[in-house]
Amino acid sequence: MTLTGEFFAFMSLALVAVIGGVLLLNLTKVIHMVVALVFTFVSIAGIYVLLSAEFVAVVQVMIYSGAITIIMLFGIMLTRHHGEEAEPKGGGLRKLLLFLGVLGFGAAVYLGIYDLNFEAVPNTLHENNTEQIGISLYSQYIIPFELTSVILLVALVGAIVLARKDDEKEGDKE
Amino acid sequence: MSSVPVSAFLALALILFCIGLYGALTKRNTVIVLISIELMLNAVNINLVTFSKYGVNPSITGQVFALFAIAVAAAEAAVGLAILIALYRNRRTVNIDEMNQLKN
Repeated sequence: MTLTGEFFAFMSLALVAVIGGVLLLNLTKVIHMVVALVFTFVSIAGIYVLLSAEFVAVVQVMIYSGAITIIMLFGIMLTRHHGEEAEPKGGGLRKLLLFLGVLGFGAAVYLGIYDLNFEAVPNTLHENNTEQIGISLYSQYIIPFELTSVILLVALVGAIVLARKDDEKEGDKE
Repeated sequence: MSSVPVSAFLALALILFCIGLYGALTKRNTVIVLISIELMLNAVNINLVTFSKYGVNPSITGQVFALFAIAVAAAEAAVGLAILIALYRNRRTVNIDEMNQLKN
């Protein structure tokens, strides 16, 4: 393994991503947790650039760092919080067991992947990345692409119906 | 040849997945649980994009699949948040331990 710019870029992006995740677990205020996770999402976009997936990186910045973070902040601000995460009742042993379980899961998967090495096959993913994705979407994956629009429509209608239902009930009472 | 081994990308995805899993299982705030699930989906997307470049058979398919996963994740976040708002109207709480209406 040689020390190149790509390696340094990967290490710093990975470090920021993991730090964002750890801050998500350790901060006390809910807003701070969501803002910490923005660092993780932006770093993951940088990782996508390293993997020559520029279009996915831009989509990641727009959807995750933009849309999903804002929608989560709205969710926090529309609900009342005491500002801090409430302490769970009798959580010490439960948390420890969960931590050990997740650690065991991570170790088991790591055993499977740590010496994974494929033969490097030359590829052309970095050339006209967006054009390749567009051609693939509109030729090979046209049916899943159209089904995605149906999913988005159903989610939109479902979200509006779910969030509005009680308004009408309260209106009837008055 | 890349200077970053493929297992490094997979290990990063594994770490992020474990953080998301632990957060989703231990946090008591529903918004944080939802966003931890988003973190897990993100880790899966890293795996997809990694294999699309360094896999046995590199092709654009992995990136297209990651885009589909992002679209479905966005829809899931919207619906999850709508459910959260509806529950908050009924119960005035976002604590996940008190959301047990289906129990009885």
